[in-house]
Amino acid sequence: MIVNEQVAVDHGLKKDEYAKICELLKRTPNITELGIFSAMWNEHCSYKSSRLHLKKLPTKGKKVIQGPGENAGVIDIEDNDAIVFKIESHNHPSFIEPYQGAATGVGGIMRDVFTMGARPIANLNSIHFGSPQNKKTKNLLRGVVHGIGGYGNCMGVPTIAGQTSFDSSYNGNILVNAMTLGLVNKDKIFYSKAAGLNKPVIYVGSKTGRDGIHGASMASASFDEKIEEKKPTVQVGDPFTEKLLLEACLELMAGDSIIAIQDMGAAGLTSSSIEMASKGNLGIEINLNKVPCRETKMTPYEIMLSESQERMLIVLENGKEEQAKKIFDKWNLDFAVIGKTTKSKKIELFFDEEKVADIPVNTLVENSPMYDRKWKKAKLPKKNKIKKEDLKHLKIIDVLKKILANPNVCSKEWIWQQYDHTVMGDTIQKPGGDAGVVRVHGTDKAVAASVDSSAVYCWAHPLTGGKQVVCESFRNLISVGAKPIAITNCLNFGSPENEENMGEFVECVQGIGEASEYLKFPVVSGNVSFYNQTKEEGIKPTPAIGGVGLIKDYKNMITMDFKEVDNLVLVIGKTEGHIDQSLFARNILDEKNGPPPEVNLFNEKNNGETLLKLIDNNLIKSAHDVSLGGIITAVSKMCIKGKKGIHIKKPKYLINEIEYFFAEDQGRYIIEINKKDFKKVADILHKNAVHFDELGTINENELYINDKTKVTIDELSTSNKSWLTNYMSK
Amino acid sequence: MKSSVITFPGSNCDRDMDVALKKFGFKNKMVWHADAELPKSDLVVLPGGFSYGDYLRCGSMASKSKIMQSVINFANSGGMVMGICNGFQILVETGLVPGVLLRNKYLEFICKNVFVKINDKKNKYFKNVDNEVLEFHIAHNEGNYFCTNDQLKEIEDNNQIAINYCDENGKIEDQFNPNGSLKNIAGIFNKEKNVLGMMPHPERMIDTSLSGEDGSLFFKNLINNLK
Repeated sequence: MIVNEQVAVDHGLKKDEYAKICELLKRTPNITELGIFSAMWNEHCSYKSSRLHLKKLPTKGKKVIQGPGENAGVIDIEDNDAIVFKIESHNHPSFIEPYQGAATGVGGIMRDVFTMGARPIANLNSIHFGSPQNKKTKNLLRGVVHGIGGYGNCMGVPTIAGQTSFDSSYNGNILVNAMTLGLVNKDKIFYSKAAGLNKPVIYVGSKTGRDGIHGASMASASFDEKIEEKKPTVQVGDPFTEKLLLEACLELMAGDSIIAIQDMGAAGLTSSSIEMASKGNLGIEINLNKVPCRETKMTPYEIMLSESQERMLIVLENGKEEQAKKIFDKWNLDFAVIGKTTKSKKIELFFDEEKVADIPVNTLVENSPMYDRKWKKAKLPKKNKIKKEDLKHLKIIDVLKKILANPNVCSKEWIWQQYDHTVMGDTIQKPGGDAGVVRVHGTDKAVAASVDSSAVYCWAHPLTGGKQVVCESFRNLISVGAKPIAITNCLNFGSPENEENMGEFVECVQGIGEASEYLKFPVVSGNVSFYNQTKEEGIKPTPAIGGVGLIKDYKNMITMDFKEVDNLVLVIGKTEGHIDQSLFARNILDEKNGPPPEVNLFNEKNNGETLLKLIDNNLIKSAHDVSLGGIITAVSKMCIKGKKGIHIKKPKYLINEIEYFFAEDQGRYIIEINKKDFKKVADILHKNAVHFDELGTINENELYINDKTKVTIDELSTSNKSWLTNYMSK
Repeated sequence: MKSSVITFPGSNCDRDMDVALKKFGFKNKMVWHADAELPKSDLVVLPGGFSYGDYLRCGSMASKSKIMQSVINFANSGGMVMGICNGFQILVETGLVPGVLLRNKYLEFICKNVFVKINDKKNKYFKNVDNEVLEFHIAHNEGNYFCTNDQLKEIEDNNQIAINYCDENGKIEDQFNPNGSLKNIAGIFNKEKNVLGMMPHPERMIDTSLSGEDGSLFFKNLINNLK
């Protein structure tokens, strides 16, 4: 095939990018080379629109062992243990083919984690769908949930937490973000940097097929009406093979024969070989005839661009081939020496004794395009004046029931019951709480993880929204008694070529950066997904934050269910009555304008750290952060989980009841304490200048508001639990 | 007491079972599926997981694996063999226990706590368990027990039903059946009751910090009964 500008454009490259390739090579690339460039230079692999801005994120900290740039981030959790974690998107494939798209998303992120030598110990996910009324939503949700479960369950890794939302902006572009945590010995972390000359380059895992060719390019473009034609670009997952690959890799890693290892994810053999060569400042030579293929007559182009799953590339010490092969034979996996490291600093590919590609590594990596895209700064919307008479006719209990049954608040049990969340025998906080918690096997330590996003806030004001998501992650970890350590982010946005979408990206990243800097909650890994867009319509900006924290003694973990009748319930943090962009305003008043709640980083940090002090002093019986739906929604969930009721009195604020109960002011938690501890708790809160309200007392089974209004917890529970099950069974 | 846990390439509850058995006093060995010989054991456990991927009928390939011939011989000579979840699926495929396990009635994987009622205590697995009802944990996609009418009659005549899904008070009704199993069957024995297959995972219920503690009752009792 003759390569020209049109062929390059068909590969998703821009005309000037093609010109740059010709200039760098000082010749016209052949088709295999063009394929390699298109795979490396697309948005998904090159981060060409985002790199400039991502550089500004805080990535360092005392506990950070490895920040962004590797397969995943690594943090220190003491006693020589480390946690490897990352979140990644698989949005585009999941919309085209929900089961396989979601399954391979989960498979891919687990591979990123065990590539570094860590055994995966927990999975999480953040999934977002179109409006429930959209005719595609139900099937997409079912397919994605089955896919996530199908892969994670087979791998034997518990899925411990997640987030699901519905919004019409995802009608044409759903989001599927998968996160994995792995446990590794600090001294046995593996990296992707090749070193040494003439070292054997080894291919292990599944055979290469024609699936997923150009997957990464597909994920770097918007959708149009021809989307069905893109099905072949979606990879097909085989979790059983991945389980074998996991065990085989960990067995090989127990020895000392690996120099570098990299999984074949997006852009398969292309990106994995180039990554290893680039980091090691070396060249790599590959004989493509040696690559194990599933199908006959695969061309060099297809072999290099296939995204077949469950494959790894390893640079081995000389002379260790036999020993390594034995391990992969035991696990029934392919093992092939396909090439070697060279000093050429080039990727040189051979096929049928002919050289089919010859590209300097730096042209693919350092010289890849980087754009300073135009972006538009967002204005803070004006506050709405909520008319008191609009609120007058509302009955709190009716509103509460509606909110508890809202698709974005209701119980997601239908989803997480389909995920094995207890395998490995260390899950001490299951899905449905503020964060999932797993013990570090055989120790007293536990690791908490949560994944959050607030697309509505980010859409209303990206800078505030970006900060808010990081704060919410911080609060969720603190609510279970964990000290927050670091985050991973999955930045889901529309087209970077659109100034408004790009502005959303830039400002969300800025907000994330500010909050993570202030809270000392650095970003150690992440992923950007642009072009979540169908024709001109993009999604609401949806940065998802995966937070990880440590609980030193798992017996001190906190859960959100109310524990004991007669205990006191307090609200930590001040309620100002911010209604704009709240679930209440958007769904009950049908008011979609206005600014999101303000984020005060000082209060976030101070309130959170003070709550940790209370937890350390054994003063907290249960805790839950206040988020969507405000105080009353948070309290109701604690009642439902604990099968207890509460007697609530609104404190003497000037704001009215509706505002007090449904406002979404930030930096707040609900806590349960024993009556006899009230003085001690109040002292600590006063001493740290933390505002708190006395909200009420726990009772057997009813929620009372000011003695008059009441509802049974059973009724609230039914509202909360039935929506999703009913929706899916219709 | 010596136990052996068989590890198939896709087993994923083998470690959990090892932890549980050791916690309650067993000297446990892990046995690789490609081995031919079983070590000397008082109990052999087929753990949960996806043995060979289970893309074919669950457990069917595992039932033909090398180690299984030894396990079958061991069971036929009266040895104690317990299959949990995927292990149960493997047992029905070998024919050591009657029946089959279909896909769950609602076609979805289920992971949750359930209550089971002990149907028969004249066996080494449940003898001397004080409770009538245990809280166990299930996590499976194919646990919907089924057999022919003739088989069912035989199973009932021989009292081979080990446990049934029920509510916390031991009431066995359709609404407490998580997967559509015939007669709410959660576990069954072979005729001699030395082989037990069950869907619930007692190894996930050995700690108050986890899903509960009724698995501890089960294991404590099991090791005492074997002494």
